[in-house]
Amino acid sequence: MISPEVRAAYKTTIGIECHVQLKTNTKLFSAVGNDAREAPPNTLVSHICFGLPGALPVLNKEAVHLATKAAFALGTEPQRFSKFDRKHYFYPDLPKGYQISQFDEPIIGLGSITVTIDGEPKEIGITRAHLEEDAGKSTHPAGKDYSLVDLNRAGTPLLEIVSEPDMHSSAEAKAYARELYLRMKYADVSEANLYYGNMRFDVNVSVSKTDELGTRSETKNLNSFRSVEKAVDYEVNRQIELLEKGEKIVQETRGWDDAKQKTLSQRSKENADDYRYMPDPDLPPIVITDEYVASIKAEMPELPDDYRNKFKAIGIDAKTIEDIVAVPETARLVSRILEASTPEHARRVAFWMMLESEDLDEAAAEQMTEKPVTDAQFIALSQLVSDNKLSSTAAKEVLADMLKTGTNPEEIATAKNLMQVSDEGAIAKIVETVLADNAKAAEDVRNGEMKAIGFLVGQVMKESKGKANPSLAQELIKKQLGL
Amino acid sequence: MASQWLGVNELAANVQTGKTKAVELVEQALATIAEKAEYNAIIVTTEDRARERANAIDASVAKGETVGRLAGVPFIAKDNFLVFGAETTAASNILKGFTAPYQSSVIEKLEAEGAICVAKANLDAFAHGASTENSDVFTTKNPHDTTRVPGGSSGGSAAAVVLDMAPFALGTDTGGSIRQPASFSGCVGYKPTYGLVSRSGVVAMASSTDVIGPLTRTVEDAAYIMNIIADRDELDSTTIERDPAGYALGANNTSLKGQKIGIIKEYMGEGLSPAVKAIIENSVAKLKSAGAEIVEVSLPSLPMALAVYYIICPAEVSSNLGRYDGQRYGHTNPDAKDLDESYMGARGTGFGKEAKRRIMIGTYVLSSGYYDAYYKQAQTVRTKLIQEFEEAFKDVDFLLGPVAPTTAFKIGENANDPLQMYLSDVMTVAANLVGTPAISLPAGKSGELPVGLQLMAPQRADRALLTLAKQTEELLV
Repeated sequence: MISPEVRAAYKTTIGIECHVQLKTNTKLFSAVGNDAREAPPNTLVSHICFGLPGALPVLNKEAVHLATKAAFALGTEPQRFSKFDRKHYFYPDLPKGYQISQFDEPIIGLGSITVTIDGEPKEIGITRAHLEEDAGKSTHPAGKDYSLVDLNRAGTPLLEIVSEPDMHSSAEAKAYARELYLRMKYADVSEANLYYGNMRFDVNVSVSKTDELGTRSETKNLNSFRSVEKAVDYEVNRQIELLEKGEKIVQETRGWDDAKQKTLSQRSKENADDYRYMPDPDLPPIVITDEYVASIKAEMPELPDDYRNKFKAIGIDAKTIEDIVAVPETARLVSRILEASTPEHARRVAFWMMLESEDLDEAAAEQMTEKPVTDAQFIALSQLVSDNKLSSTAAKEVLADMLKTGTNPEEIATAKNLMQVSDEGAIAKIVETVLADNAKAAEDVRNGEMKAIGFLVGQVMKESKGKANPSLAQELIKKQLGL
Repeated sequence: MASQWLGVNELAANVQTGKTKAVELVEQALATIAEKAEYNAIIVTTEDRARERANAIDASVAKGETVGRLAGVPFIAKDNFLVFGAETTAASNILKGFTAPYQSSVIEKLEAEGAICVAKANLDAFAHGASTENSDVFTTKNPHDTTRVPGGSSGGSAAAVVLDMAPFALGTDTGGSIRQPASFSGCVGYKPTYGLVSRSGVVAMASSTDVIGPLTRTVEDAAYIMNIIADRDELDSTTIERDPAGYALGANNTSLKGQKIGIIKEYMGEGLSPAVKAIIENSVAKLKSAGAEIVEVSLPSLPMALAVYYIICPAEVSSNLGRYDGQRYGHTNPDAKDLDESYMGARGTGFGKEAKRRIMIGTYVLSSGYYDAYYKQAQTVRTKLIQEFEEAFKDVDFLLGPVAPTTAFKIGENANDPLQMYLSDVMTVAANLVGTPAISLPAGKSGELPVGLQLMAPQRADRALLTLAKQTEELLV
């Protein structure tokens, strides 16, 4: 194990490449379906995906539209001129013998995003983002003398976002990955479903004792924020250990083994592939006008920071804000509540939704679907609390029911007998009984030991099965004790 | 030798009115193809499908239905067009057994107007060559001298037209592959402005210079075909809008007076055979006496065009041939023990010498460390060439020169000397690199061998070029 002193002597540098699958209906260069999740192998394939002789790519305009939105989400605008290039290599799941990508003129140039680390803002530069087509999927059945190729995914539009080597800890890498995910999701550029690999992260890590960067490893195809964090930690440890032993870091591609929680060498980059990039003569350059950029800007949905600022302004705490922003539907809900009613209601709904989502892991949070509940019902529920008609404990119970059934909160509360009793006469009767049954505590209160009043209120609540309005109960206790 | 075919517009008119049956035209074409099989112009016929289509058209005519502008007109497609009814191999072994599941956009357009493809013509495999000697099937013989090549790569198409097998044929021209065989074999060969005709469904050679055009007996037929096939195509992003006036030529042509034609100085000097030079000069004299203003024009970068072409073209070829990997269709290596053997077996035995040569050159010039010195440099010179042509066209309406430095050479003469073979393209590649339209017209004969005259116009001036070509054709006949 490396001692903290040794570790502190090294500076970690991290850059991340992220492949985002764009949510177009059809592929990047071919008019066949783009959703390969459930389709039987090789059913979403045209003469273009199949690389038949004479087949020519035709650019899907929607991909340019989504890339333009992504540019805004990355704090920049699309390049007015970009072009496609061919990246050559041979593999059976690459039907044309080249992948259409963007080499020196990507659709998105310099940008940046800001993440918060320990309460401090940290800006991470975006080097570029380019459009490219995905390859097909190869599988190698164990023990068989053949491999299988499924071209359903071949030609799926990807936006590859390349960061500057601006991150220096696994926490920063994780925060960057998460923020990228949120922005793509909010900008509605991608389904951003991590489970289906809609976003895949390649993490470049190096360590060095000097200002000069060390030799880096690239761990490919990470599909969760947690694995990004773990892979960085693993690589930092592995590299420092090697260097401390006097060994050298090999520049190589590594994979993440989730079961073993470690990275494994895949191939050395010593004999770097020569992709023989050349401009694709089948595709004219993408030329984007200012008018187009302006029109897309006008249709941009609100991004995570817009919500963060809005929620911060009404006094929601940072932790709750992040929990809320983690699920776009929730952030939008709270924002709508704020618009339609009061900051108080918005804060309360935010709190409820935070509790609701707190226990969910990444995957489950993603699966959260639209609630059957209207905004008005949320407001009505919150209003019951504001009006002292429902205790906050009871409200949570009503909420749980409401989220399941979509029934009106008052109806649920009544049916469950949870509405607070604010009827003075009824509560006064309960107070009378409680004081009689707890003479000692009553006496203590009368003698100025105000701590005991909490106990008495609790007894009233218990007697009333939680329905009594606690502040009213306290008032009546004092009154009956002549205080 | 008079042709058995009328002009394509007349043929179609006769079918439309029921005067001639489409079936008769198809049988006439098929009979001629069979009769002249020894020229090796045709790889395979599409006779079953052709007869079916002809019958359908005749039935439509009988019912009084409207039939297209090329109703019943037979044609021959170079074998790099994807066509239903036969294999499409581009004369390469690596595509043996490949049957097209979709058709070229051009074929679709022609069929929509009632034209009927009767056969697939021979070519240098993947259109790499100037003689058809690189065909993996056989070498086509020149119709005027069977010991000589017909030119290439559209040698089968040119020979087929000259042999009267069909009223017209389709070719592709990447560096001269329509014009040079038209010159060697003695027909009209039209290379349109880059992007005017869709490349979709045509086996790609060099995508940035590939164009599709007709080989015909007359300029009028070429213009008529262009009028049908030229258009923007959703399936080819590099296509451009057609001229709103269309391309078909009217009966009345304007005078040559006021037309300024520049003779390309660089094409008339060293390397040009005296016999070809004499014929070109004779053509110039005729144009002059008909009222055209003739001036000499110099394009200083032109001598570099061939070198530029033989960098850019192999680069694109090496990329475009990547898909022929024996994994999905065509020739495979069934004995492969692993992936490398599968690739190397399929490509090693499937590709011929010339394809391998171009793959290697192309791979080299695109390699890291060489890209800037070769490919990028070539593109820079190409841009310079484009500018020089633009400058020249500010002064003159058209450019003129020979198509090739010589008449058809002997079969085998250049077969083992690729550089000598490449020199056959020296006067045609510039139009491809620049994207301008160009045409080869029969201008006379040296002995038995035809000589073509090349005319060029600015990009998109196809209509003007065809008009000039028709006027010139009348002078030269």
